[in-house]
Amino acid sequence: MRARARVWWRLVVAGMRESATYRLAMLGGLVANLTFGFLKYGILTARVHAGGAPVVGYSVAVMSAYVWLSQGMLGSINLFGRTALAQRISSGDVAVDFLRPLSVQTSACLREIGRGLLALAPRGLPSVAIGAGLVGMALPYGVAGYLLGALSLLLAIAVSATTVYLVGVSGFWLVETRGVQVFYMVVSGFLAGLFVPIALMPAWLQVTAYATPFPAMLMMPVDVVSGRVGGLAALGLVMAQVGWLLLTAALGSRLTAAGRRRLEVQGG
Amino acid sequence: MSTGSTVGDAVIRTEGLTRQFTRREGLRKVRLSAVDGLTVTVGPGEAVGYIGANGAGKSTTIKMLVGILLPTSGQVRTCGLEPMAERVRLSRQVGVVFGQRSQLWWDLPVAESFSILGAVHRLSPHDERARTVELVEQLEMGPFLSTPVRQLSLGQRMRAEVAAALLHRPRLVILDEPTIGLDVVSKQRLREFLRAERTQHGTTLLLTTHDMGDVARLCPRVLVIDRGRLAYDGALDGLSRVVGARRVLVVDLDEPVEDLTGIAHTEHLASEAGGLRQRIAVDSEATTVPEVLAAVSARVGVRDLAVEEPDIEDVVRRVYLAQAGEGQRSVGPAPGGASGGASGASGGARGGASGGPRGTAGPASGTLGS
Repeated sequence: MRARARVWWRLVVAGMRESATYRLAMLGGLVANLTFGFLKYGILTARVHAGGAPVVGYSVAVMSAYVWLSQGMLGSINLFGRTALAQRISSGDVAVDFLRPLSVQTSACLREIGRGLLALAPRGLPSVAIGAGLVGMALPYGVAGYLLGALSLLLAIAVSATTVYLVGVSGFWLVETRGVQVFYMVVSGFLAGLFVPIALMPAWLQVTAYATPFPAMLMMPVDVVSGRVGGLAALGLVMAQVGWLLLTAALGSRLTAAGRRRLEVQGG
Repeated sequence: MSTGSTVGDAVIRTEGLTRQFTRREGLRKVRLSAVDGLTVTVGPGEAVGYIGANGAGKSTTIKMLVGILLPTSGQVRTCGLEPMAERVRLSRQVGVVFGQRSQLWWDLPVAESFSILGAVHRLSPHDERARTVELVEQLEMGPFLSTPVRQLSLGQRMRAEVAAALLHRPRLVILDEPTIGLDVVSKQRLREFLRAERTQHGTTLLLTTHDMGDVARLCPRVLVIDRGRLAYDGALDGLSRVVGARRVLVVDLDEPVEDLTGIAHTEHLASEAGGLRQRIAVDSEATTVPEVLAAVSARVGVRDLAVEEPDIEDVVRRVYLAQAGEGQRSVGPAPGGASGGASGASGGARGGASGGPRGTAGPASGTLGS
């Protein structure tokens, strides 16, 4: 058990160090996050002001929290669908991954989680700090709120890793996964609640969104951290995230086992 | 422990191992056999060179041995384990280097990759440090240990790759084209290391290569695979007799002359430019290149010369032709002896097709194997 924890932690750290190499890319990401953050802030708070009262629980402060938290998380969750696994399948390098005494899924996801955790420092915190500092936002109540928020954030990064892994694993069948990737990119951000809070969507779209793992990657942690959803309901959201994590992980594991049997290593 | 208690202590054992691929050719689907009825046994501590032309099935075999690729039919046991089902357990006992693929973390320093792999293989921190120090020293990796992998030269990277594959002291080390693209010095250094590793730790070695030098310096036993079938399994001596016969002397002459035939232990292969350049196959067993050169010089002045060493493709073809010379064997998978002795692969039906323009000079069938 301890040995396994050591391996897992080592892989998370490896993912962090890998993405730490590309500092300029992080700065670029931060600038983009902030730019779009102010854009979103302008449009969405205008909607709240126009109504003259909070819209489905969204006051200006809560809306601001939604904007800056969701922008801050963009570097940590994968809404693009690009995975190292897909690349490694199409180049054949995945052969090397199968030579290690590790599940290919586990190592791919831990690496992705490491990457996501690292991005919190140079992209997540500054986005939130700058946004909140300039326009203000709602914050969690008390220690329990922060703890549950942190847990929810961590789960979001994990769900993102296990979900985007499913895009990568489709490469065992498709070899070239660009089509799946683009589809994922188009759908994931929208259903995760990146552009508009899910609560503002029409009812049928809300149902559709919550039938996918995407809200667990963004909307749920934002709701928990911003305190828009509190108490037992917040705990419920975290449980839902756990559910999605288990479901996507199980599906990924099943697909890896099946896909591996039909793997033809590309490129000799 | 091992579920394959019946297979004894063989490190590799395959029986009728076959892998087919479906390929689309236009509208038709074609089934190709990459590996066809391979039966082979490799014992502990052996060093085996696995050679064959491009596309002969070497890499496909390796992928089945380590559980990356599912065999279409036949049996395979590696370290007594079923590779596909027991991949994780097997990977603790096997180290693999794919010459053209990296198992290092591209963006991280070399040392970091070793430390991650140490954790992955669950070496104790002390063991990991000791082994890393050993490998760094033997492969002279000190100067680039803190360099990110993507900035290494090819020679440096290959040394790091080999170290990464051997970090957990595997019982079986499989190297797929480990010296590809390396200069002479780097090749030599790598070979010396592998030889020392085998002597010290009793590691079993399976090596695929296009470089006969690798085989000659590392592998007492050779397997030749041709179009998925085992064409030769035996001592390197037997093979080098076949191979040695194919050194080709190319001479540029002062003036065009008739074909240089009739020189002892040689065969005239071709004349170019009306006889200005001639190619002569030399039987290295019976004569030497200087002797042949002297004989040529006695007839006509030599302006320039080159000696062509046999390449793997040629070796495979020679093995094949020699087999065809043994007589028409029945078509079927090779019986596959452990070591020593040629195991007959398919008959000579394809031998004619692969003959090529060089003719059929060379030793007779008796040179194969023992």
